[in-house]
Amino acid sequence: MAAITVIDREGEEHVLDATLGWSVMEIIREHDLPIEAACGGCCACATCHVYVDEAWLGQLEPASDEEDRMLDEAYQVQENSRLSCQIPFSQALDGLKVTLAPEF
Amino acid sequence: MNERAILTPAGADPTGTDRARTGTIRSEPIRTDMVIVGAGPVGLFAVFEAGLLNMRCHLIDNLDRPGGQCAELYPDKPIYDIPAVPHCTGQELTDLLMKQIAPFEPTFHLSQQAERLERLEGRWRVTTSIGQVLEAPAIVIAAGAGSFVPRRLPLPGAEAREGRSIHYVVRRMEDFRDKDLLIAGGGDSALDWTLNLHPLAARLALVHRRDDFRAAPDSVMRMRDLVGAGHMALHIGQITELHGVAPELEAVTVKSPKGEVLVPCDTLLAFYGLKMELGPLAEWGLNLDRNLIEVDTATFETNQSGLFAIGDIITYPGKLKLILSGFHEAALMVQKAFRYCFPDQKLVFRYTTSSTDLHEKLGVA
Repeated sequence: MAAITVIDREGEEHVLDATLGWSVMEIIREHDLPIEAACGGCCACATCHVYVDEAWLGQLEPASDEEDRMLDEAYQVQENSRLSCQIPFSQALDGLKVTLAPEF
Repeated sequence: MNERAILTPAGADPTGTDRARTGTIRSEPIRTDMVIVGAGPVGLFAVFEAGLLNMRCHLIDNLDRPGGQCAELYPDKPIYDIPAVPHCTGQELTDLLMKQIAPFEPTFHLSQQAERLERLEGRWRVTTSIGQVLEAPAIVIAAGAGSFVPRRLPLPGAEAREGRSIHYVVRRMEDFRDKDLLIAGGGDSALDWTLNLHPLAARLALVHRRDDFRAAPDSVMRMRDLVGAGHMALHIGQITELHGVAPELEAVTVKSPKGEVLVPCDTLLAFYGLKMELGPLAEWGLNLDRNLIEVDTATFETNQSGLFAIGDIITYPGKLKLILSGFHEAALMVQKAFRYCFPDQKLVFRYTTSSTDLHEKLGVA
């Protein structure tokens, strides 16, 4: 099965089974890692903020304007910041590595 | 999230009092049948179901308008799973519900949080964050994921400065007169207050993480004109450090990919949008499971008699966080609530289609 690696806020790495077609947020939430995702995945909050491992940045579709606007409500936004509900998981992303951003 | 919710410049009274928060407090406790905590779609529909059974409702919400997440998080986003409404937006659903419950004349207590709950003889007493007291035999918690509160700066020293040199809402514009003011954010609140406080402040600067603003284009243009004319500064970056001896503030560090700059200021007004927090009801003695309230699914009563909960804030086996589930829960809940409000009356089950009694209540008889 495909998998993603998620680094939690304590720095611990979790390798998660990842279902194709789900968003990265949904995969993280399924495994009960602490991701708020208050709006449920409709790009209407910024509580599923993650940092994408630099090695994977080039593999992702760029963030939409809507996602970039929503990131205004995140904290410690970096060049590699993304809202994980806006990253659909595909076979090409098998092995994707992300870090949970600080809660805000 | 729409940042206008807590308080907009238009809602602020320059003479000092914010009418939305303080103007309508009644000194005597308000007695009613049902107090609903949360004016989201489920709280609103509870007014309808309660109204059919002759129960009058008062609603409390920390936002400045009804609609909850529908109005605040996704007013323009589509909803497709409301039975018989193939498509509507969050705001349209709110507007339709407001129309549907209008015959029952609910009273709204907005821009305030339900803070304290006490059990009296045969009824409950709720006190809001601005001191409004409401009493009713039935209390309904329809609080969703909690109330919307401003996001606060998660930096060391921010809490110690809150209300002194760091603010998240404007209560009185005068508080900012002659200040060396830094405003943070890129939405309407940040831009509107930049324009409104600019004439009052001794000096004003705006900080936002990128040179692109989601506020109304006209406000952005006016801000840029002020910057162009040298009347205010604009810093692109994020605040990473606070300087000065708390509760005083002397400067902040603003970090961008280009590096760090020190921005002197004695007052910081930050608008990072709203987030949802369970808030005071966590202390109401309810059975909570992961911040969700446990209920009896026959009546949607909590572990305390006369205290009900419906919608996203509850949990039970099979629970789905859908608006439609909340509507169903409201309909069942009022059957039991009726018994607390009218202990001597018999309850008869009738359809809105055929009951002339219900037609009268709905104003269509």
